[in-house]
Amino acid sequence: MPPVTGDPGQPLVILEGHVSAGRLERVLRSGKFAVTAEIAPPDAADAEAVYERASVFDGCVDAINATDGSGANCHMSSVGVCSLLTRKGYAMVMQVSCRDRNRIAIQGDVLGAAAMGVTNILCLTGDGVQAGDQPDAKPVFDFDCISLLQTVTAMRDEGEFLSGRKLTTPPRVFLGAAANPFGPPLDYRPIRLEKKINAGAQFVQTQYCFDLVRLREYMSRVRDMGLTERCYILVGVGPMPSARTASWIRDNVPGVHIPDAVIKRLLGAENQKEEGVRICVEMIQAVREIEGVHGVHIMAYKQEERVRDIVEESGVLEGRIPWYPGVSNDQQGQQT
Amino acid sequence: MYAVRQWSVRNSRKLEWLYQCFEGILIALHPFWLWIGYSRIEKPIRAVEKSVKGVMFDCQMCGSCVLSQTGMSCPMNCPKELRNGPCGGVRSDGYCEVDSTMRCVWVDAWEGSQRMRDQTRIATVQPPLAQGQRGRSSWLREVRKKRDQIFFQRDT
Repeated sequence: MPPVTGDPGQPLVILEGHVSAGRLERVLRSGKFAVTAEIAPPDAADAEAVYERASVFDGCVDAINATDGSGANCHMSSVGVCSLLTRKGYAMVMQVSCRDRNRIAIQGDVLGAAAMGVTNILCLTGDGVQAGDQPDAKPVFDFDCISLLQTVTAMRDEGEFLSGRKLTTPPRVFLGAAANPFGPPLDYRPIRLEKKINAGAQFVQTQYCFDLVRLREYMSRVRDMGLTERCYILVGVGPMPSARTASWIRDNVPGVHIPDAVIKRLLGAENQKEEGVRICVEMIQAVREIEGVHGVHIMAYKQEERVRDIVEESGVLEGRIPWYPGVSNDQQGQQT
Repeated sequence: MYAVRQWSVRNSRKLEWLYQCFEGILIALHPFWLWIGYSRIEKPIRAVEKSVKGVMFDCQMCGSCVLSQTGMSCPMNCPKELRNGPCGGVRSDGYCEVDSTMRCVWVDAWEGSQRMRDQTRIATVQPPLAQGQRGRSSWLREVRKKRDQIFFQRDT
């Protein structure tokens, strides 16, 4: 096996059967339980702010998602965040939303990102503009997430733009999509996942999971359809800081489903913040037992510094230390 | 009209049948269209299509109609114009995340598709919309495509 290094000056080689040189793909394909987390992009033209926010994940996540105007709020772009962090060698999942850019802009960004060392791209539809701080913006939605997946897959595998024009070097990216097993129409959700896989999705990161019953039902359908053989599924989890926030998120953030029992449990706790973390740890341990779940995606908005505790307490890395900038080569024996 | 649009989804199976018959007639009339000239009939056909589909489906004249694959629920009424299925933001009552007074067009589409003869067509991956076709007649576009397949045995 070739040496695994995170030195940005020495990109990894693409292993046989892999589409990207990324570490996330390596971890997933080798059958290990993967952990990804979401970085909050700063509202600042400041590289240090980005490095600082990324460093809280050092050694506890396999890849970092850079959000693209999540919730339709304006922040530093995902291309910008990724360009800074790939310089340091971080494994990035660049999120691309269809809300703000048309097909010309997006295909250009994909090339630029891949050239800068982005090895994973997550194709999203994106929240509606009404959800954010600038509701008068023009919603673009030239692509939807599935036609976006199809387009980037063709760029990578056929080496051509949507127009058929040839690329000289195709973007070697591992392609992901989002899934919401908890939103209506529930019967259709597994079919939608299949559609995304048919369009090129190789991994999915789901919406926040607080409802194991619904997740198990979804996973059993997905397994019956053979989809867990064709795609890696990372279940979305995250700590809720308080019962009040949880209720607010349930009522105001599109697509997040939180059962009453979770809110009750938070309400009844002495320290709601700690209880939120405990619920998150328990959720990770529970989803890990579900057949066909290949990892977790931790969205700890404004609690990013707790991700390390959550991962450690859950024990899902089993002593594995994912690479991070500055880790010594001696430690690389046990990491990927 | 919202109520009529809802009716169309409830009667997706009948409309599927009607559409198939209608398409047959349009294609059979190909020599007639050719005689008049396709460019000349575009305008009147477009006007008819716009008014009929406008009433029945709240058609937005995207020019690339996929109604038969979306349970007779027009995806262009989705505020995000999603043509491949619902986004993750659908409210728990099945209403739209952007417009809370409207049922998600894809919740409707799923129900409509399950009433139709071919229930699997909703799983077809749709390519990105050809924005240049907006405002043009998708009936004629479809006829031209089928005509080429039937009369010239070629794919367009």
